[in-house]
Amino acid sequence: MIDVAFAHRQGAFALDVRMRLPGRGVTGLFGASGAGKSTVANVIAGLIRPDDGRVAIGEAVLFDSARGVAVAPERRRIGYVFQEARLFPHMNVRTNLRFGARRRGGGGPGAFDQVVGLLGLGPLLDRRPRHLSGGEAQRVAIGRALLSDPELLIMDEPLASLDQQRRDDVLPHLERLAADTGVPMIYITHSIEETIRLADHLAVMANGAVIACGPIQDVMARPDVPALTDRRDAGTLLQTTVAGHYDEDHLSALRFSAHTLLVPRTERPAGSPLALRILARDVSLALEPPQRSSVMNVLPGRVQGIHPRGDGHVDVSVDAGQVIRARITRRSADDLSLRVGLHLYALVKSVAFAERDAFRRPGEGDP
Amino acid sequence: MPTPAETEALLLSLRVAVWSVLGSLPPAVALAWLLARTRFPGHALLNGLLHLPLVVPPVVIGYLLLVFLGRRGPGGALLENVFGITLGFTWQGAAVASAIVAFPLMLRAIRQSIEAVDRRLEQAARTLGASSANAFCTVTLPLIAPGVVAGMVLSFARSLGEFGATITFVSSIPGETRTLPLALYAATQVPGGEPQATRLVVISVVLAMAALVGSEWLARRTRRYAGGGP
Repeated sequence: MIDVAFAHRQGAFALDVRMRLPGRGVTGLFGASGAGKSTVANVIAGLIRPDDGRVAIGEAVLFDSARGVAVAPERRRIGYVFQEARLFPHMNVRTNLRFGARRRGGGGPGAFDQVVGLLGLGPLLDRRPRHLSGGEAQRVAIGRALLSDPELLIMDEPLASLDQQRRDDVLPHLERLAADTGVPMIYITHSIEETIRLADHLAVMANGAVIACGPIQDVMARPDVPALTDRRDAGTLLQTTVAGHYDEDHLSALRFSAHTLLVPRTERPAGSPLALRILARDVSLALEPPQRSSVMNVLPGRVQGIHPRGDGHVDVSVDAGQVIRARITRRSADDLSLRVGLHLYALVKSVAFAERDAFRRPGEGDP
Repeated sequence: MPTPAETEALLLSLRVAVWSVLGSLPPAVALAWLLARTRFPGHALLNGLLHLPLVVPPVVIGYLLLVFLGRRGPGGALLENVFGITLGFTWQGAAVASAIVAFPLMLRAIRQSIEAVDRRLEQAARTLGASSANAFCTVTLPLIAPGVVAGMVLSFARSLGEFGATITFVSSIPGETRTLPLALYAATQVPGGEPQATRLVVISVVLAMAALVGSEWLARRTRRYAGGGP
């Protein structure tokens, strides 16, 4: 477990952070710019000493103001990938990569080649940082952090300074990393897409505090997290299994609970797990199953909660084995006389899943 | 070709300047770091004190050195009795005078380069297992190398031209403290010394040109090393 609890004041900005994260897998630390995410990362890494609090990874206490413990950053064994790569300009890529390894003696003899292979750094080894593109530099920074033999990897918006093409270049490496290395990771981002693709666990920050923390599916299902629900692309996450493919229709069938969903053809083989994001605005509600409709996904469920929103819309949580949310107009909600416990049908158009980002690709078995 | 006396003055000038630069380098780096990276009571006072040689006439520096570090001064007696070092009227004294006069130039160049180093690189080094001293030596120091070189060149040039503090502190003793500028001045003070003065001027100019070319080459190399140049 990673325990982070601290209070810290930075000028007019006060942070009061309390969260407990699992000691494995990827935890997304999500929130708007200025929510205090980077400060949390700096406190965990030891670059900022909070006014008050305690930080521990498992049994190892890194900071405890009550007992006067403050482990220096170089003794914390936390790999930190910054938003800007922060490569040492006077060293080539190889020397940059070995900077941490040389000081921590980490990884063993094969580790260097393994990380170089994992991140595709082979052709870059003899270059100086100024001859690298943004994406290449960020991959080197990730490799450098990994080779310092960390017990925890913190990535602070590693893709934020990259354009879309570079992001697409780095993101698959991150996915493989999460699956292959087994090093727990805290991934800081304000991108919901990156969060969904990488994280198993999610902590949401707003105004210097953690407002939600838990398994990603649970947090995404909560109606009361404005950072997630006050978005055009608000939605929930379904954990499904690929049941089969209909090649001639370019469709795949996904199973969750007792239901089957038809979605655009996925590359993932039958039997593999797939996390699917369903946007609330793509879900309609009906009291009876529609006859002769174009909507292929009709999921029976029960109203679990009704959350009126300020903009004339209503978010309806439907328990269909897992939570699906529908964003409908208040008039529709009134016309249907929605109430908690009501049985109804959630309708989801298959083409709504067309966006690639709707699919999460957990590392195992991915090409 | 230079006469033996001219060669002597030339070599003495070089020796004084080299020792002055090398001697002031470690304290300059330490003080530059202190001024650039820390805040403490008396920060502004120390800064002002260290820059004083820039604004005070060199003769004043020389006189103060004579009073404190001369043979009869409190510091001079201490150095002589405890360490066996004599500064008054020796070339070592000339090096000290040059070092003090040139110190602010070196300090400023190094301080500015330290301030220009991205502290976030040092933070990155810390997270990779480097202590703050190790981060300074392996990251900051190489990155400020161009600034250090610039500071050394400036202070070397200033030392070569040092006159006022030197002549006041250690006088103008041929073979011991008579550097090129002092020899040139001496030549102008004797009747018929103009040809001698002209020869010394030529030597001084050639030396200055050589120092400029050498420093330019060194600056290019260190910039490239620090990752800045082509």
